[in-house]
Amino acid sequence: MKYFSFPRFKAFFLKETKQMVRDPSTFLIAFLLPLIMIFIFGYGVSLDAKHVPIGLVLEDTDPTARNLEQAFFGTPYFSVKTGYNRHELEKELTEGKLRGVIVVPINFSQKLLKHTTTTPVQSLVDGSEPNTARFVINYAQGVLSNWNQKEKNESRTHIKNPIRAESRVWFNDELKSRDVLLPGSIAIIMSLIGTLLTALVVAREWERGTMEAMMSTPIRIPEMFFAKLIPYFLLGLASMALCVFISISIFDVPFRGSYFILFLSTSVFLLAALGLGLFISTTTRSQFISSQISIIVGFLPAFMLSGFIFEINSMPWPIQTLTYFLTPRYFVTILQSSFLSGITWDILLPNLCVMLLIGCFFLTVTALKMVKRLD
Amino acid sequence: MKKITDFAKVWFHLKALMIKEFLAVLRDPKSRITLIAPPLIQLVIFSHAATLEVTNISIGIYDQDQGWYSHELTQRIKGSPYFSHVYQFKSSEEVKKNIDNQNVIASLNFQSDFSRLIASKKTAPAQIILDGRKSNASQIVLGYLGSIIEQFNNEILQHQGVSVPDPISLEYRSFFNPNIEYIYFTVPSLVAILSMVLALTVTAMSVSRERENGTFDQLLVSPLQPWQILIGKMTPAMVISLFESTLITVASLLLFDVPFKGSIILLYFSMIIFLFSMVGVGLFISSLCHTQQQSILGSFVFMTPTMLLSGYATPIENMPGWLQPFTDLISIKYFFIIIRGIFLKDMPVSHVLEYTWPMALIAIFTLTAAGWMFKRRLE
Repeated sequence: MKYFSFPRFKAFFLKETKQMVRDPSTFLIAFLLPLIMIFIFGYGVSLDAKHVPIGLVLEDTDPTARNLEQAFFGTPYFSVKTGYNRHELEKELTEGKLRGVIVVPINFSQKLLKHTTTTPVQSLVDGSEPNTARFVINYAQGVLSNWNQKEKNESRTHIKNPIRAESRVWFNDELKSRDVLLPGSIAIIMSLIGTLLTALVVAREWERGTMEAMMSTPIRIPEMFFAKLIPYFLLGLASMALCVFISISIFDVPFRGSYFILFLSTSVFLLAALGLGLFISTTTRSQFISSQISIIVGFLPAFMLSGFIFEINSMPWPIQTLTYFLTPRYFVTILQSSFLSGITWDILLPNLCVMLLIGCFFLTVTALKMVKRLD
Repeated sequence: MKKITDFAKVWFHLKALMIKEFLAVLRDPKSRITLIAPPLIQLVIFSHAATLEVTNISIGIYDQDQGWYSHELTQRIKGSPYFSHVYQFKSSEEVKKNIDNQNVIASLNFQSDFSRLIASKKTAPAQIILDGRKSNASQIVLGYLGSIIEQFNNEILQHQGVSVPDPISLEYRSFFNPNIEYIYFTVPSLVAILSMVLALTVTAMSVSRERENGTFDQLLVSPLQPWQILIGKMTPAMVISLFESTLITVASLLLFDVPFKGSIILLYFSMIIFLFSMVGVGLFISSLCHTQQQSILGSFVFMTPTMLLSGYATPIENMPGWLQPFTDLISIKYFFIIIRGIFLKDMPVSHVLEYTWPMALIAIFTLTAAGWMFKRRLE
């Protein structure tokens, strides 16, 4: 008997494709979820804070204090609520209705007139949301610095700052987080399709007993292996095409790389993800356990450990080491570079190679494990 | 008398169903392990990983000046706790190459007359190039560099004898978390997230598994009423989820140095309501699906947008106005507020209730819908 017979492969491939196409949940995950995610990232979720609600307590209502109030009103980063009673606004802060309270102290204007000392302005923040707390402190600092500069320029001899920081941002001049998050979210969708979907496929056959039926047919392992793999591979590519199309056409994310390289790296990533999924499902033979494990090793790492939202360099070293074994990390880097900076071989080659290695490892192990046996 | 025997009969049926449901999840040793070990491992890994703090930064310096001021500024950057690697670049090609391949996230350029300009009391530009592919981290790095430069500026001015004190300065005080540590935020949030994932996955498959195996029809022809099936499916899921959530909460308090200021009773009260709402969503998804695959994928289609809109990764007030009302339908949003409130703020009963009733509404709605779907299958 031939080791690989094309007609047998074709029959089996058709069966898998039909099974996939007929199940509405496939389309849910391959086309609806990507759409939802891209629209949420495109329209909604953004790391760029604006209009953070803060309170401003004016214990002093002289024109100088009012002038400072105007400075806070002038920035788009805060939406300011002015009050005169510290305790009232503090209460709203602890209730989470305000993210910070700036207190302009009593005698603020009189102290300022003395010109010799620095008058402190207090900023109270809600530490239960550290990110917002730091944002409030930094931007309040910014407002005060500008105000100081203006005051100094107006009232005294003009002093120039010795050093002026001039920043230029490459690849994304407006620092739009959307342009970074959208390419990154593609990696999450691909790992869902690749790992979760395939993790259920073989496990389902075992659970339903159809695996035994298949083993009694003349099908060979390599034929079965590819017949299971290829339909999902194609589905992943189709979903990828949709994501890229929407990101570029609707959300104006620039694409500066090459489509061929994008296709190539998606294929390599999908192979690795599919390999992992098939490996999980041949090992566990139960849909419940397969899905649990693929969430743990596939989906959550893609979300948390890929550098997509959370910086890998800021993680403790044991976790950084762990990320080297996970393909999403490499894919996110390739995606963000392909979209924003173009073809950078220094990034593409090493990341592609490592993904290929991990992919080959899982595919080989799975192929070896898929023995025709019924134990 | 008849009422009592009726009750006994109902209880007898329910008990049988509940035992069966417990066994369905817990019988297999592999599935017992997947329920206990992974949540704990994830708690440890993600609590350290899921932070928007930026540390360990690699930066490059292209110093064409080699004067006193550029050296001094370089030393200050090296001394800052945020920067772990400071590379010296020799050419602008080197700058480009290292930013392109993400060796460094930023590069600082001193032009050749940098120190001379400062010495002659003019303003010298310090050019900072940032990698826009990491938009959030870049902004934070720029902030760090800005404050190092500002402090250096003040010292130079003082040295030159022309300094005047700043009219005002900012002092900050952080409530509930004096050092603004991220772990105070991530640990309670992860307790909520992991509880949600578990409650959903335990229930999402419970009806569809029976449909797939054909045993759901047997359940429907049994003397059990749809609401009894609902209770029989719900109770074991609640017990398992509550056990899991307790495990995660205890682990988070033992493993991390996070305060717990509020009341345990309030935490449990809100946690039970939260889990009811999640079990409701899980059972509802399950009742719509015919196969386990559909229900697990369905719960993902639910979970991903939920996580993105819950206010965990990005604050809800950053979202556009039309999107914010949608977040009111997300029960984990309320539980995030409660659990952080109880851990860190000793949240009073009135506030806990304010955020609990929307979750209760979601629970009632989803559980009723799930029960109704069972009934519809009967007709």
